[in-house]
Amino acid sequence: MVMTETPIIRIRDLNVHAPDNHILKNIHLDIPKNKITVLLGPSGCGKTTLLKSLNRLTDLYPELKIKGNIYIDDDDILHPERDVSQIRQKMGLLSQRPYPLPMSIFKNVAYGLKLKGITKKDEVERRVQEYLKKAALWDEVKDRLHSSAEQLSIGQQQRLCLARGLAVNPEVILADEPTSALDPVSTQMIEHQFQELKEEYTIVLVTHMLRQARRLADYVVFIYYGKIIEHGPVNEVLDNPKEELTKKYVSAGV
Amino acid sequence: MISALKIKQTGSRFWVDRISTTWMLAGLFFILVVPFAIFLGLLIKALPLLYDQSLWAILSGTEWSPMRGNFGFLPFIVGSVLVTVLAVCFSAPTSLMAAIYITQFAPKRFLKLVHPVIDILAGIPSVIYGVWGVLTIIPLVAGLASWFGISSTGYSILAGGIVLAVMSTPYVLNMLIEVFRSMPIGLKEASLSLGSTYWECIKHVLLRKGLSGILAAFALGVSNALGNTIAVLMVVGNRVQFPSNVFEAGYPIPALIANNYGEMMSIPLYDSALMFAALLLFVMVTFFNFASRYFIQKYEV
Amino acid sequence: MNRKSLEEQFFRRLTQLTTVLLFVVLTWIIATILYRGIPAMSWDMITKVPQGGFYFGKEGGVLNAIIGSFYLAGGATLCAIFVSLPVALFMNIHLVKYQSFLTRIRLLLDILWGVPAIVYGAFGFTLMLYFGLRASLLAGIITVAIMICPIMIRAMDEVLRTIPRGLMEASYSLGSTRTETAFKIYARKALPGLTTAVLLALGKGIGDAAAVLFTAGFTDYIPENLLQPTATLPLSIFFQLSSPIEAVRERAYAAAIILTVIILLFSLTGRGISTLYKKYSANGND
Repeated sequence: MVMTETPIIRIRDLNVHAPDNHILKNIHLDIPKNKITVLLGPSGCGKTTLLKSLNRLTDLYPELKIKGNIYIDDDDILHPERDVSQIRQKMGLLSQRPYPLPMSIFKNVAYGLKLKGITKKDEVERRVQEYLKKAALWDEVKDRLHSSAEQLSIGQQQRLCLARGLAVNPEVILADEPTSALDPVSTQMIEHQFQELKEEYTIVLVTHMLRQARRLADYVVFIYYGKIIEHGPVNEVLDNPKEELTKKYVSAGV
Repeated sequence: MISALKIKQTGSRFWVDRISTTWMLAGLFFILVVPFAIFLGLLIKALPLLYDQSLWAILSGTEWSPMRGNFGFLPFIVGSVLVTVLAVCFSAPTSLMAAIYITQFAPKRFLKLVHPVIDILAGIPSVIYGVWGVLTIIPLVAGLASWFGISSTGYSILAGGIVLAVMSTPYVLNMLIEVFRSMPIGLKEASLSLGSTYWECIKHVLLRKGLSGILAAFALGVSNALGNTIAVLMVVGNRVQFPSNVFEAGYPIPALIANNYGEMMSIPLYDSALMFAALLLFVMVTFFNFASRYFIQKYEV
Repeated sequence: MNRKSLEEQFFRRLTQLTTVLLFVVLTWIIATILYRGIPAMSWDMITKVPQGGFYFGKEGGVLNAIIGSFYLAGGATLCAIFVSLPVALFMNIHLVKYQSFLTRIRLLLDILWGVPAIVYGAFGFTLMLYFGLRASLLAGIITVAIMICPIMIRAMDEVLRTIPRGLMEASYSLGSTRTETAFKIYARKALPGLTTAVLLALGKGIGDAAAVLFTAGFTDYIPENLLQPTATLPLSIFFQLSSPIEAVRERAYAAAIILTVIILLFSLTGRGISTLYKKYSANGND
């Protein structure tokens, strides 16, 4: 596939092993800037592991062995000497279930700023407001910014997590089936946000829902048992699949 | 024939169910009554002393001479509080640090390795910890005291505190490990993906999330220390006085009870005073447990 | 290195050091007991009761205390099972609808768990006086049973709580009564966990000295019936240790080894059972 855009993330020869399982096999992939790239595939095919490798959250799972290179802006994130925490700030994460930090709504968003060393009060307040608005949450929470984030509905929590991720000013948003725990209305809101956010950010979205991929994707990467089967612009992969496996998956279509 | 058999069977099944339910209810009733029975039973035995002297006089009295009918409990209350505070000061930070290391920094194999060890240590009877205290902590404390220019036998509040701390650490540690282990990994991922270091994640997120559990573990340590009898008794010196420094002997309430039960029937009011001591201990520990629960629930994040 | 990673390194080291220190101290305890106790260890210690002159450092052993401890803890555990198992089952089957009541029962049990052994001892003493008993095996058993009941109930309760509700519904839908559900389904499914709970309580019963100080008395003989006083290992250690004679104190250390080994056996058995259980009931999610 020819990518006309400059890739923001380049994955080279990525292999991930679990003790009894080769989870990702020779992954070679470029992720284009300011697009929504969807990692599509059945459950348990390694999409989530691939996503977590992108900001080295795989460090949390000592049983995983990772080989290869992942470059973001030419920084190799898998290089053992790299300061991961700085690279991670280039990427915001949205996980399957929202995990609000055990603090107030305001502090959740301000947390990343604090880590970055931004502590000036008016600056922090301005930014918190800005990102809550970007995540379409501001109007719902502006009167209770200092109450606990755990009291929000799960859909609101997910948008809070989005605002929190945006607050560290990332280039990429990593989203791991971010709507799987949400009701249809919240799902729609998140999807709508994604459409707007891709103007400024690159979004990598993991999903197993074909329809969601159709609605959101610019590029689709179809993964099956740890291998990239096919990838390319959404109309090529989903409407005109070349590979047999992709055809089957698409025609079984959800 | 068949239907008759069936009815009979249902009948017996019905009765078995009735009887066993009654038995279960009786058991539940019994266990629910125990705390009140303890309170009343001890109170009745303590009444003679309470008729003789006012509650306030007993609690604030500083003189303890059973032969003359003086039963001042203040030195014992102070002794109990002192050893407990010392013990918690030693054990709380160490167990918290160790729990953090074991669950967050160390390889997973390490937890598997130390978990049984901690369990076993939690099961070791307090008399063993007392023996160890007498053999090793007493000389150590005596040495430390002389280094400070204080003469001490080693049998002291400090020794009591150390032994209690070591003894309650396995319990507290076990509970803390559970607290940290039950935290969802997604929370860590969330913090790390925002660019925090591991330590920042622990400091800002995990400690906060686990706060109620951590406090509950410490509270367990406190109530363990308050009530421990044998181990403290063996190392604390057992002198009725207000210790002016940690190298002096003290006399916690449990030690008072255990040391004097032999002669309590031969001196008037003495038995009543010791039962009052038990009641006092019961009330202190129970009050503490209720209060800490309430506090923890109220401030749960 | 920047400030952040310095801080990280510092706390990593600090927590590591604390852990090491902690385990050094804890192994030190075992080492001390072994070091002092092994020289005084002899076959006589575990096969003989104290002979004349035992408390001056002459012949005899602590068989009276070993057997006494087993009688006492065994009896108390048996009594406690008769109360605890039904109560724990009752809580998780009959009362499962009444969550707020259950929360209160659990709170009460936790509070009882926290009550010091010496308080149970004093309470046992008041009971003893009330029923006109003398310090005896029976009085000791009753006291210890009351003390370990809350522990056993809570431990069993924690095990039973993990059984999915669906199992109860399945059992009801097959027409079982609640009793059958309790004893045939729940108790059987949770058997390994329940055994561990019993062993936990048994260990507590054997190890505790304070509760039996008033109630069980002390004797150099092995009790022949429930109304005779009995020795226990922790008390035997405690008494020997307060002797001015070196040889007697040495034997206290040896008795401490015996007690530790007994407790170790119990807790290892309990652990073994629960790991076996985990192995055979794992469903891959854990």
